[in-house]
Amino acid sequence: MMGPETHLGFGSPPREKMESLVLSDVASDYRSAMSSSLSAVVDGCDPLLSLPSPLSTSAAASSSSSFVDPPSYADVVFSPLDSQNGAAPDRPSLRRDSSSPRSDRAAASEYAKITVSDPQKEQDAVNSLVPGGGTYVTYLITSRTRAGGAEFRVRRRFRDVVTLADRLAEAYRGYFIQPRPDKNVVESQVMQKHEFVEQRRSAIEKYLWRLSVHPVIGKSEELRAFLQAQGKLPLPTSTDVASRMLDGAVRLPKQLFGEGPAGYVTPQDAVQPAKGGRDLLRIFKELKQSVANDWGVAKPPVVEEDKEFLERKEKMQDLEQQLSMASQQAEVLVKAQQDIGETMGQLGLAFIKLTKFETEEAIYNSQRVRATDAKCLATAAVKASRLYRELNAQTVKHLDTLHEYLGLMLAVQGAFSDRASALLTVQTLMSDLTSLHTRIDKLEAASSKIFGGDRSRMRKVEELKETIRVTEDAKCCALREYERIKESYLLWLC
Amino acid sequence: MISPRSPPGSSSQSPRSPSAPPFLSVTVTDPVKLGNGVQAYISYRVITKTNLPEYQGPEKIVIRRYSDFVWLHDRLAEKYRGIFIPPLPEKSAVEKFRFSAEFIEMRRQALDIFINRIASHPQLKQSEDLRTFLQEDEETMERARSQETGIFKKKPADLIQIFKDVQSKVSDVVLGKEKPVEESNPEYEKLKHYIFELEDHLAEAQRQAYRLVKRHRELGQSLSDFGKAIKLLGACEGDSLGKVFADLGSKSELLSIKLQKEAHNLLMNFEEPLKDYVRAVQSIKATMVDRANAFRQQCELAETTKLKEINLDKLMLMRSEKAMEAEIEYKELKAESEEATRRFETIVKLMSEEMVRFQEQKTADLGLAFHEFAKGQAKLANEIADAWRSLVPKLDACSPSLCS
Repeated sequence: MMGPETHLGFGSPPREKMESLVLSDVASDYRSAMSSSLSAVVDGCDPLLSLPSPLSTSAAASSSSSFVDPPSYADVVFSPLDSQNGAAPDRPSLRRDSSSPRSDRAAASEYAKITVSDPQKEQDAVNSLVPGGGTYVTYLITSRTRAGGAEFRVRRRFRDVVTLADRLAEAYRGYFIQPRPDKNVVESQVMQKHEFVEQRRSAIEKYLWRLSVHPVIGKSEELRAFLQAQGKLPLPTSTDVASRMLDGAVRLPKQLFGEGPAGYVTPQDAVQPAKGGRDLLRIFKELKQSVANDWGVAKPPVVEEDKEFLERKEKMQDLEQQLSMASQQAEVLVKAQQDIGETMGQLGLAFIKLTKFETEEAIYNSQRVRATDAKCLATAAVKASRLYRELNAQTVKHLDTLHEYLGLMLAVQGAFSDRASALLTVQTLMSDLTSLHTRIDKLEAASSKIFGGDRSRMRKVEELKETIRVTEDAKCCALREYERIKESYLLWLC
Repeated sequence: MISPRSPPGSSSQSPRSPSAPPFLSVTVTDPVKLGNGVQAYISYRVITKTNLPEYQGPEKIVIRRYSDFVWLHDRLAEKYRGIFIPPLPEKSAVEKFRFSAEFIEMRRQALDIFINRIASHPQLKQSEDLRTFLQEDEETMERARSQETGIFKKKPADLIQIFKDVQSKVSDVVLGKEKPVEESNPEYEKLKHYIFELEDHLAEAQRQAYRLVKRHRELGQSLSDFGKAIKLLGACEGDSLGKVFADLGSKSELLSIKLQKEAHNLLMNFEEPLKDYVRAVQSIKATMVDRANAFRQQCELAETTKLKEINLDKLMLMRSEKAMEAEIEYKELKAESEEATRRFETIVKLMSEEMVRFQEQKTADLGLAFHEFAKGQAKLANEIADAWRSLVPKLDACSPSLCS
């Protein structure tokens, strides 16, 4: 009995040997169709662009071999991009970190190589109150200077990195300093230990490298001490917030009531920003000044005059906003790519199950043919899914630069605010001076009315004059600091 | 528009020439929204081209709506038990989705395929209901359709049969009989098991296919947003770098459009065939129910006939005057029983032929769907690769210190 006709635009096959002929008809259609769509891909073999070939070859292989012999499942297991790229994408050997456009700066850095490796758990000497606490991880940091070629190895923990970052921020106000890796207090408890340590390790490595290619900070003593001094890190540690608050709370009454040595800003303090918690009085004064700047009628004696700087600042803010948007969209894009890869893989799996089922239950030959077709599709789909995964890994690596720049924008904002706070210090001190002079004048006017002078008032005047002298010094220092920051900004422009 | 599944095009010979091969080709096209508000519906133009003598001419155009197709399907299901009636696209549950362009196009395509499958089925194409559907004017169609609703469409004989079915079910329960009698054919058992499992696997594949369509759309959307953001970022930068960023952004948006197109292509030519496959399997299940019913009827009638025969023999032995009456009843029942047996056997025979047909058709259908899938994906991948590749020289020119 002749089989029924197929009506699918593949042409009407002759009556006898129905199934085998349908096969060859369909096969020729497939082959011709596939070859025509793939011929466009055959060329384009730049070494740069070896990426398209796995996609095309896998598609061709799966369909043209479908009627010769069904591909085994082993075909599906393969790593598509390794052979092409020549290097596994996860070891960040920093010499190849050419995704940074500052690769020319890298050539001028003092350090040829910095690597962070070998994380190890160590026990704290002091037993902390927190149960389970007291252990921390140290990392082996290897560095080699470009000049001498000598190699240094030190062991540091993350707390040392924080110290380094803080000291640099103090010493190099106004510079764009790379932000340090996050503390991630919560994540360090929640994440799998190994993953977290690995993440941190690579973050520290990147951070140290970025510091070293900075034209000013790369040459700094602090960085050198961090990289080369054996044993304990020879930098003063930052005090934690709690003790700072305590300190400040103790000093405030003295500052408010006594006119003693704690009542004014010393020159060395003037160079630093007002520390939260400690210099409460100074913070209040500067706050008052900034309000006066915004709402007051009289312009303060020193203002931000550099128009170009103000323009740049606006541009920077604009840039930051766009970067943040682009970075966000990049994240969404990466997720979408991941999703499509996953779904493709699941589609492949569903068809593999279907294939298995049909092959087991096959009664008619058409079922076997269909099962073979489905298997080809499934294999291709699973392969495609893996390709998507690799693609996404690459995409993440490259688009990550957006995130890094966003981090750098934070540093830029930090530098701008350094500049602004230095300016504010200058302004505050100057208005302090003005008010001190006024008080002296008043006191002198008052005491001149009294015959023979007023001894207590004269003493007061003397004290005030002393205060003025110190404050003038402080003001000079603050002004110098402000000018320095302005200069360093100009340096950064080129 | 002729869908890719319609039978080969019309012969170039004049339809009146006696040696012309018979053909019947139907197109469902041109969906138009009619009516207002809650009663709004879509009407389709159905164009029939044929040289068969039973039809009123070489070409006929009628206007039909979805419920007309449903009518045709139900009539065929009733009259041709044992044949896998081609499946209809689903009604839409969600109101607002009913008139979306995508839904209308999917439905139109599915209806076109439906009617063509009927027109090319060796038995179904001879159905009078098909001729009614393809040729009668809209008024006649509407009348026919409204007659078919509810219990009033059942003929008296059918009603009695339904009543008897209920009766026997009740008596079974009362008498404590086990579940109704089923065929004990091992091959058929295997087939049933196959069909049920097949439905599960196919439904899963179809679900993943639909999700893939969605993912394409999402990726397209995110590429478009990303492109816009990059363009804005480029505007912040200087001249040459800014221009390259703008190029990157434009390429991104271009690819987004291509992805949306591919998503549509996947939906129509890959996901929809899979859904169609699932519906076809459900149609087979409906036929299996018919077969089970026919089998049960046959068994019951056979049993009843035997009882009647025994009774008749008894009466004849007793030379009762009821014997005459009983003999007539017995002869009637026997005829019915033979009819039921014949019905059942027809179904069995048809089903086995239909299975062969079904398997072959599905292999071809899926083969085409896979082909379209692979083609679409390869084309998309090429386009994506081309787009990015064309950017690389521009980027290289812009910043010589960048290396890959």
